[in-house]
Amino acid sequence: MSDKHDAGGVPTTGHVWDDDLADFANQPPKWWMLGLTASAIWCVVYFLYYPSFGLSSTQTFFKGLAGWTAIGEMNADTSVVDEVRGKYEAKLKDMTPAAILADSELTEYVTRSGKVLFGDNCAACHGTNGVGAADKQGFIAPILRDDDWLYGGNIEDIHTSIMGGRQGVMTPHKDVLSAAEIDTLANAVAAGTPTSTPLFAEKGCTVCHGADGKGLAAMGSANLTDSVWRFESSLEGIKYTIANGVNAGPGSRDAVMPSFQAAGKLSDAEMKKLAVYVYKFGK
Amino acid sequence: MSSETENKEMGTVTTIYHEFESWEVNRGEKTIHAKRMPGFFRTVKNYTQLALWLPFFLVPYMRWNGKQAVLFDIQNRQFHFFDLTILPQDIWMLSLVLLMAAMTLFGVTSVASRVWCGYFCFQTAWIDWFTWLEDKIEGNPQARRKLDEAPISLDKIKKKGLKHGIWMLFALLTGISFSIWFVDAPTYWNNLIHLDLPKVGWIVLVMFFGGTYLLAGFMREQACIWLCPYARIQGVMSDSQTILPAYDEKRGEPRGKLRRGAVTGAPQGDCIDCFQCVQVCPTGVDIRQGSQLGCITCGLCIDACDAIMDKIGKPRGLIRYACLDELSGKPVHKIYQHPRTLVYLAIVIVALSGIVYGLTHLGSMTLRVIPERQPLFVMMSDGSIQNKYDFKVVNKTAKDLHVKVSAEGGVPGQVIIGAENPPLTHHGRGTSFTIFVKAPGASVKEEVTPIEFRVEAVEDPSVSAEYHSKFNGPKRN
Repeated sequence: MSDKHDAGGVPTTGHVWDDDLADFANQPPKWWMLGLTASAIWCVVYFLYYPSFGLSSTQTFFKGLAGWTAIGEMNADTSVVDEVRGKYEAKLKDMTPAAILADSELTEYVTRSGKVLFGDNCAACHGTNGVGAADKQGFIAPILRDDDWLYGGNIEDIHTSIMGGRQGVMTPHKDVLSAAEIDTLANAVAAGTPTSTPLFAEKGCTVCHGADGKGLAAMGSANLTDSVWRFESSLEGIKYTIANGVNAGPGSRDAVMPSFQAAGKLSDAEMKKLAVYVYKFGK
Repeated sequence: MSSETENKEMGTVTTIYHEFESWEVNRGEKTIHAKRMPGFFRTVKNYTQLALWLPFFLVPYMRWNGKQAVLFDIQNRQFHFFDLTILPQDIWMLSLVLLMAAMTLFGVTSVASRVWCGYFCFQTAWIDWFTWLEDKIEGNPQARRKLDEAPISLDKIKKKGLKHGIWMLFALLTGISFSIWFVDAPTYWNNLIHLDLPKVGWIVLVMFFGGTYLLAGFMREQACIWLCPYARIQGVMSDSQTILPAYDEKRGEPRGKLRRGAVTGAPQGDCIDCFQCVQVCPTGVDIRQGSQLGCITCGLCIDACDAIMDKIGKPRGLIRYACLDELSGKPVHKIYQHPRTLVYLAIVIVALSGIVYGLTHLGSMTLRVIPERQPLFVMMSDGSIQNKYDFKVVNKTAKDLHVKVSAEGGVPGQVIIGAENPPLTHHGRGTSFTIFVKAPGASVKEEVTPIEFRVEAVEDPSVSAEYHSKFNGPKRN
């Protein structure tokens, strides 16, 4: 590394700057030239192999020799996922939700896909993870996390609710009861002891809410003795519900769950998955 | 260059060019054929290399309780070390092991320079074994140089073929030995013989085979000089208190060829310029130029020089392990007066205690409890507050166990739901299950109440684990 001060016989470009600076006219190293050539060849191969350029005359494009398409690659990928899911999905077809629950591996699978289904179809009213979505009437739809079920909380009941939808009814009492009577009943309900007033039986509340005020799952009537409230839990809120009813025309409380079977939005398997997923909230 | 111009340029920027021009850097243009000479450091090096790397080849064949004694089972995410099974949860200990290894390297380097490079490094060891074989097949360095330059002949092909053949076999064995630290050794051999390795197995084997053959057979000292990052890191670890193989310039200079019976008035140092120190050097440096990047401090030049000093009747130690302070006549400090070494030592001790703590406190079960975040709690129909918890139990024992779930702290009157039948935890992996804790609403006084969960194996109560968590309740004003 010693004789670097003259050109040593190597040709220069001929330009001289600052009296003594000149450029060598050396060839680039061989490996570099090989790399350059290989890259150029690679470009051509790549262009021909994959779809690369438009054909303006036919309003289409050159499809490439490999026949590769982005959608084809995606389909190949999803088919891998479908294959993994296939063995579970095949089993689900002929199983009842209760049978799925009995199989821990299937339950695990179903709750995973159930999370997505719930987010897409249920969370709008029931809230993320079924925690309930509050609005001015109390909740848009019941909380699914607790142990209070209007229409029953076993796996078949939940499955039935999802398939057929639910629509509770309570007649408005503002024309039937006096303000004082509504006030008495509302106070009794707020205290959690509806049967403490004789009005509860006399005015026919027991027909729907049961003699003990604990509600009837067959009708979807609320349990008035517990701590879980479907609508506003304040005294004013309770009075409003008694006066205006539920699903009884303008001004009444709204409580409508659509039938997912009638809507045709979800497949049978998906409704089973949701039933298991919702059931597992509290179990 | 006349001394006049030298003086003129002294102290100007351009002097560095002259320094640069006189400096020779081994860039691998010619193969270094180092001479092998017996001696103290040669013997030490033979033993240290074997001590570290013989286990590399043999340990994977050790069996323990019917299984491979040491197995880094990456596929199943388990490390087996005799009776210990280390799961990914305990991998923090690996970082301590790495820290300790790094600090030991630094500490040793600060005391005695690149001990790792000279006596232990796989690159050094493999080069040493490869060149030993070369020496046996092709002869001494002169014979090897001659053979390299000789025109192609049957003899040359035979010698070279034999050498490369054995090199490749050894490289293959290196690749196999590396692989069987990670998979069951007999199974691996069986699969290998039937050419039935998984793809990743072939890739690792081919990479290690090719890497060994290339690095130890051809690149050799070039790997140490420009490829290895540790050479540079260790280079800055040494200071004036670090001992390293050094040439005693004061004693050796002015060097000159030994002339029989010469009696001249000219002063003559002990160095007879015999170049033995350069000829034995595996990286081809001239130690007389001082400490340098190419020097792996293997001490072979010391052996060579001592042998010559014995022959010419001069005291040994013209090249010896010495620190810069000693050579420049400054007072030499004791090891404990070397703050840098003490700092490294302290870190090593901290890391080591961490590892010892970890290994003795591995436990046979771990518990993680993740409280549900949405909702934090649920108001139940009877007015009680319920929290949901995701339990993750890692059972590190060799058998499946049922666990009892209990809790300390929390809210008075709380009930644990979901573990009435003790859940089954699978051995060697994590099992998760859901637990609810329900407490009377009136008793829930705080928004957040600490609670400690405990799982205990039904079959063996000594296997248990605890975890601190929280019980969430509504806001109280």
